[in-house]
Amino acid sequence: MITGAPPIVTRRVGIEDSHTIERYLATGGYDALRAALAMAPEAVREQVDKASLLGRGGAGFPAGRKWSMLAKSDTTYLVVNGDESEPATFKDHLLVERDPHQVIEGTIIAAYALQVRQAFIFCRGEFALGLERLQQACNDAYALRALGESIFGSDFSLDLVVHPGAGAYICGEETALLESLEGKRGFPRIKPPYFPAAIGLYGAPTVVNNIETVSNLPWIVSNGGEAFAALGHGSSTGTRLFALSGRVERPGWYELEMSKTTFRDVIYDPSLGGGVRGGAELKAFIPGGVSAPWFGPDHLDLGLDQDAVGAAGSMLGSGSIVVMDEATCAVRAAWRITRFFSRESCGQCTPCREGSSWLEKIMARVEGGQGRESDIDLLMDACDNIAPGVSWPPQQTTICVLGPSIPSSIASAVRMFRDEFLRHVKDGACPMGAGR
Amino acid sequence: MAHLSEDNLERARRLVAVYPERRSALIPLCHLAQAQDGWLTEEAMEDVAELTGVTPAEVRGTASFYDMLHTEPVGRHVVAVCTNIACMLGGAYELLEHVEERLGVRVGQTTADGEFTLEEAECLAGCDTAPCVQVNHRFFGPLDADGFDRLVEDLASGALAHEVPRHGILCRVERTVGLRAHGAAAGAGDAPGAPGAHGDDGGVR
Repeated sequence: MITGAPPIVTRRVGIEDSHTIERYLATGGYDALRAALAMAPEAVREQVDKASLLGRGGAGFPAGRKWSMLAKSDTTYLVVNGDESEPATFKDHLLVERDPHQVIEGTIIAAYALQVRQAFIFCRGEFALGLERLQQACNDAYALRALGESIFGSDFSLDLVVHPGAGAYICGEETALLESLEGKRGFPRIKPPYFPAAIGLYGAPTVVNNIETVSNLPWIVSNGGEAFAALGHGSSTGTRLFALSGRVERPGWYELEMSKTTFRDVIYDPSLGGGVRGGAELKAFIPGGVSAPWFGPDHLDLGLDQDAVGAAGSMLGSGSIVVMDEATCAVRAAWRITRFFSRESCGQCTPCREGSSWLEKIMARVEGGQGRESDIDLLMDACDNIAPGVSWPPQQTTICVLGPSIPSSIASAVRMFRDEFLRHVKDGACPMGAGR
Repeated sequence: MAHLSEDNLERARRLVAVYPERRSALIPLCHLAQAQDGWLTEEAMEDVAELTGVTPAEVRGTASFYDMLHTEPVGRHVVAVCTNIACMLGGAYELLEHVEERLGVRVGQTTADGEFTLEEAECLAGCDTAPCVQVNHRFFGPLDADGFDRLVEDLASGALAHEVPRHGILCRVERTVGLRAHGAAAGAGDAPGAPGAHGDDGGVR
C-alpha cells in the first residue's frame, strides 16, 4: 500500500489456497472470533463504533450506527449482502472467491455482537465459484464448531445459510434483497420504514451489511477499533477495496488507505493503475460506480474520502473507478450506462421504468447520429422528471435510489462534453468513430 | 408424480428445511431444477410450487424476474458476453460481433445443435479482466477474437468439462448440515457432516 497502511481485507489474497480452511487456520483464522466470544457483545459493538467503520456497499452508512438501530425482538436476522452488481465493481467477487472464511468469520462476529441467531449470506448467483467456495467454507466452519450450537463451547449459537441470487441488479438494494430472500421478485419495499433494522426479513428486525464491511470485522476485533480509526482521516477510516477499470494500464483491485490516497495515485501510480492506457490523456473518470456523477482531470487530487468526494458533487459509492481516455466517446459511455439502468429497472415506479427507457432511446439516437440539437434539453428535462433539479445528492421520485441514479451519467456527459453531443448532431454520426 | 428425481426431491426438502419460511427456498429450488434439466420446465415449477407452498404461477412470476432462471430451453453452454461500461471500454462490442459470427447466432438465440445460447450480459464483476465472458457462470477474460475461438474449441473438445459443467449446475458443493432456524435439528441431523465432495459433473446432477 502506497501510504504504508497494512492490508486488512486482502491480507490473505496473495497466498496460495487462501480460500481453504487449512490455510485460513494457519494464518490466524477464527482467532478473532474466539477473542470476540470472550468479550461481551456490547464490547464488540464498542470496538466497531470506535473503528468508525463505514458500510462498504455504496451508501457509506456507519456500520455501528446501523447496528444500534436494530429493534429489540425475540427474532432478529443478519443478512450479508454479496449481490455485487454495480457496474465496474468487483471487490466482493474477490473476497468470496479468495477469502470466504474471512467473510464467514466476520458474519459470525457481527451476529454475536448483535446477538442474532440466524444469518444469511446472499451471494450473487453469477459467482458460481464464489458460491462453491462460500458453501465449502460454511460446511467447514460448522465442522470446526465455529457455526451451529454452542460455538467454540460458548453459549452463543448461530446458523448460517449461503443463499444464491438469480441475476438482478436491483437485489443489491437491501429491501429488494430481502424480498428476493423471501422467494419473491426483487421489488424494493416502500419507505418508511427506512431501515430493515425496524422491519426486515419476514417482518422481523434485520441488519443488512455488505460483504466487505463484515470482512473488516476480524481485523478490527484482533487489532482494536482505535487501530482501524487511526488509518484514513476524518469519517473515512481504515482501508477500502477499490476496483479500477476502463482505459488504464493496470486495471484491478487495490486495497488503499482511505482519504490519504488520491484518485491521481490510483490511476497513475506505477504500483497501482500505472496511468491511462497507451499514455493517452485522461478525459474523465467515474469515482464510485455508474450511479455516481463523473469527474474530470481537475478532480484527480481529491482524496478517496467519502465526505470530500461528496462535497465535490459525487460519491465514493461502491468503490469502483472507471477511467475514460481521450478516445472514449462520452455520449456512448453515458448511453451504455443508461441502457443498463433501463434494463435493470424493476418496473415498479413510472419515472424510473418509463424514464430510463426513453432516455436510453434518445441517447441511442444521438450516438447513432440521428439526434436533434433539442435532444439535449429533452434529455435534461426527462432527467429532471426522475430526479427533480438534477442535483447532487439527487431528489427522489421513486421507491428506491435506482431511479435517481439514472441521470448521473447523462447530466455529467451533457455538462462536461456538451460540444460532443452537438458534434454528433451536426456530423450525423459519432465523431469518435463509434469505437469505444 | 413429481418431475424432480428422488435424489433431487430429497435435496429440495433439505433446502426447504434450512429456511425459517419455506418460500425462501424458491430460488434455490429453481436453481436445483435447472441443475437437473438445464432450464426451468413447467413440471419442475409445479414441484417447486408444491415444495414452497405457493402456486405454480407465483413460481413462474418470480422466476421470470431473474436473468439466470430460464423458462425456455437453452443450450448446453450459455455464453454471456458482458458489454457494460468497463468491458465496452475494453472492446466488448467488437468481441460480441465476433462471437455472433463464430457461433452463427445472434444474442438471445441458440445454435441448431443445442450447444450454445448467446446472451449479452450486464456487468458480471469481472472488470479487471475486461472484456469478460461467462460460460455457464464460469469466468473467462480478457478475451479477444482468437481467445474466444480457443475457448469454443476447448468447450467442444471437453477440455473444460470440469471447470464448466453443463448449464444449470451452479454450486457443486452441497450443504452438509441441515439445521433449522434457531438451531433446532432438522432432517439431515445436527452433527456436522463431511465436507461436500466435488464430483466431475457436480454433486447435483
